[in-house]
Amino acid sequence: MGKLLRQSIVMLLLMTVITGIAYPLLATGLAQVIFPGQANGSLIEKNGKPVGSALIGQSFTDARYFWGRPSATSPNPNNSASSSGSNTGPSNPALIDTIKQRIDALHAVDPGNTAPVPVDLITASGSGLDPEISPAAAQYQVSRVAQARKLSVSQVQALVAEYTSGRTLGILGEPRVNVLKLNLALDAPHGS
Amino acid sequence: MTTNDFVQIGFFLVILLLLVKPLGGYMASVFSDTPNRLTRFGGGAERLIYRLCGIRQDEDMGWKRYALAVLVFNVLGLLVVYALQRLQQWLPLNPQHFAAVSPDSALNTAISFASNTNWQGYGGESTMSYFTQMLGLAVQNFLSAATGIAVLIAIIRGFSRRSALGLGNFWVDMTRSTLYILMPLSLVLTLLLVSQGVVQNFKSYVDVPVVQTTTVSEPVLDASGAAVKDKAGNPVMKPTEVSTQTLPMGPAASQIAIKQLGTNGGGFFNVNSAHPYENPTPFSNFLELLSILLIPAALCYTFGELVKDKRQGWALLAVMLVIFVPLLIACTVAEQAGNPAFNALHVDQTASALQAGGNMEGKETRFGIVNSTLWATATTAASNGSVNAMHDSFTPLGGLIPMWLMQLGEVIFGGVGCGLYGMLAFAVVAVFIAGLMVGRTPEYLGKKIEAYEMKMASLAVLLPCALVVIGTAIAVMVPAGFAGVANPGAHGFTEMLYAVSSASNNNGSAFGGLSANTPFWNVLLGICMFLARFPLIIAMLAMAGALAAKRHVPATAGTLPTHTPLFVTLLACVVIVIGALTFLPALALGPIAEYLMSAH
Repeated sequence: MGKLLRQSIVMLLLMTVITGIAYPLLATGLAQVIFPGQANGSLIEKNGKPVGSALIGQSFTDARYFWGRPSATSPNPNNSASSSGSNTGPSNPALIDTIKQRIDALHAVDPGNTAPVPVDLITASGSGLDPEISPAAAQYQVSRVAQARKLSVSQVQALVAEYTSGRTLGILGEPRVNVLKLNLALDAPHGS
Repeated sequence: MTTNDFVQIGFFLVILLLLVKPLGGYMASVFSDTPNRLTRFGGGAERLIYRLCGIRQDEDMGWKRYALAVLVFNVLGLLVVYALQRLQQWLPLNPQHFAAVSPDSALNTAISFASNTNWQGYGGESTMSYFTQMLGLAVQNFLSAATGIAVLIAIIRGFSRRSALGLGNFWVDMTRSTLYILMPLSLVLTLLLVSQGVVQNFKSYVDVPVVQTTTVSEPVLDASGAAVKDKAGNPVMKPTEVSTQTLPMGPAASQIAIKQLGTNGGGFFNVNSAHPYENPTPFSNFLELLSILLIPAALCYTFGELVKDKRQGWALLAVMLVIFVPLLIACTVAEQAGNPAFNALHVDQTASALQAGGNMEGKETRFGIVNSTLWATATTAASNGSVNAMHDSFTPLGGLIPMWLMQLGEVIFGGVGCGLYGMLAFAVVAVFIAGLMVGRTPEYLGKKIEAYEMKMASLAVLLPCALVVIGTAIAVMVPAGFAGVANPGAHGFTEMLYAVSSASNNNGSAFGGLSANTPFWNVLLGICMFLARFPLIIAMLAMAGALAAKRHVPATAGTLPTHTPLFVTLLACVVIVIGALTFLPALALGPIAEYLMSAH
């Protein structure tokens, strides 16, 4: 037993050095050399300063911006220091109440819009940080954003198309629109 | 289901099956008793490790010695993880200055990672220092997976060796699993994941200004951090401006690679692989998904090669697929149908070229429905437990399927190593049942199955079932169990049943609404995780020890062949019948009741 314990201690020590120190350091070194942008959070920079990450959604409530997926993080939505989904069950009355509030909020800034609301625009994402919405959810908002910014619908459509990605290889994942990039493009001088 | 759903499922399964033979054959050469090119290549490093540890490479351990080595090594690892969490505030690499983890949570997490469960009661980005994540959690990701593979190989030797006393050497099997299988695959996967945007650095969290400043109302806190309440007992709220976002950082990719490959499943961040920094694109999702099932599926081929009858390995893989594919499709249909309660609200849930549609609560846009259900079923079929969508928000039947896949005993692929030895226990039970039907002494792979082997296999099959049923009963009966439930009604019961099923089968996924970071839940689930892992290993090694000592019985006309469609059907039925008989009553009270109430 004593021998076994000694063997275990030394083995655990060696394995900790190999898998706990050498492996992550080697991985970090290679990642920082080969993919520095991605390894450091895919930050978007404006005038040399980070203004967000292409992968982390931000909260938008202004009619002039495209809104992203609702977020259930606390204390505020899209709190990337504390990722979380809502974890409300499908039959929970609290879920239905929240959905109704979200639909009302969309109607409040866009009273004329009577189209059915795309489901991803009123349901909380899994991470609370989803950076993307479906093309349907973007289409639902195009006329509102165009009106609020005094742009033509076709100008806004062109930007939406620019920030829409299709399925990888035409097979994997779902088509989607990056909300932060789209909104930054709307704010950029050439966008107006 | 849409055409694309079928295309994505088909693409995934084809790539997975194409990799089974090359990886399975490679792993067989890793554990071959005769030296080969691979073991000569790494021989120097291996011998250095054994010399430093004082291990004799050629020592052939009997089953008791093997089991003792497994236990001592894993319990020691468990204690180290506990200590790291309790001391992290004094240790380096803690840029966010996280405090020590509470004793019950630290114990739960230590058992969780040592038992390859990786249940997480805590939120990674707000609890664990980089030091704890790397030297505690990530190390156990490797070692618990390597232990699973080592034990499987020892059990296979029980079948393949004849009139032998030993099952091999735990240290050699564990070291080789780590160095030749888990490390190289993880390193490649890490770099592929980083290329997609998974973070890998040692920076502090980055504060960025947000594009639109928003105002939210937050509760006012007093000096002790408790919410201030007004005279009516409601918390006092104050408007707070949110003008920055804190982006979490850290060495995530290297840990995610092994958490997927080693069927660990413990996320670097709270929401696991739903987090865009853990799983940013459809391609990263495909790679992580593939990694969940890759080694468990390939080990079937390794098994066939080591028992010198590859058909035996393919037969077990067929059993897994026969159960997995229909359940995957059922789960996808349920989720794609959406939430019936939304229909009255003028919400568009129909799948189209412009949206995935379906039940999107708790799901990410880039994954839509089919990648969420594919992941949910793969992660619970294998005992991985990582998630890319919130299972708690699945439809009643969509959430039933991941839970039942765990309750089947984590043998449909299962954890690396442990899934296949669990399936071998079921196979022994199946040949025994077949033997009873025709009145012959059952045989499996040329070994007679007698009372002792049968007892050990039954123990391995029934122990997790008993833990689920008894554990859930305890949770339902005490107030501390109910206290953590987030959703009302039948769904709340499902949250508890899911948690105990997850722990008792070493899965680790959760219905995340349950607040399980309480002393009651931490202790209950800690006990379940420990008992589901180590007693089961001992029972299976005991069975293997007895089998190794037996002579080989040549097959005769009366022997039941175990590579035929007939046996595949029989074995699948045994797995399903045991899972259904044990859990249907509990499932009826949870997801089935919720379904019936929401449909009418």
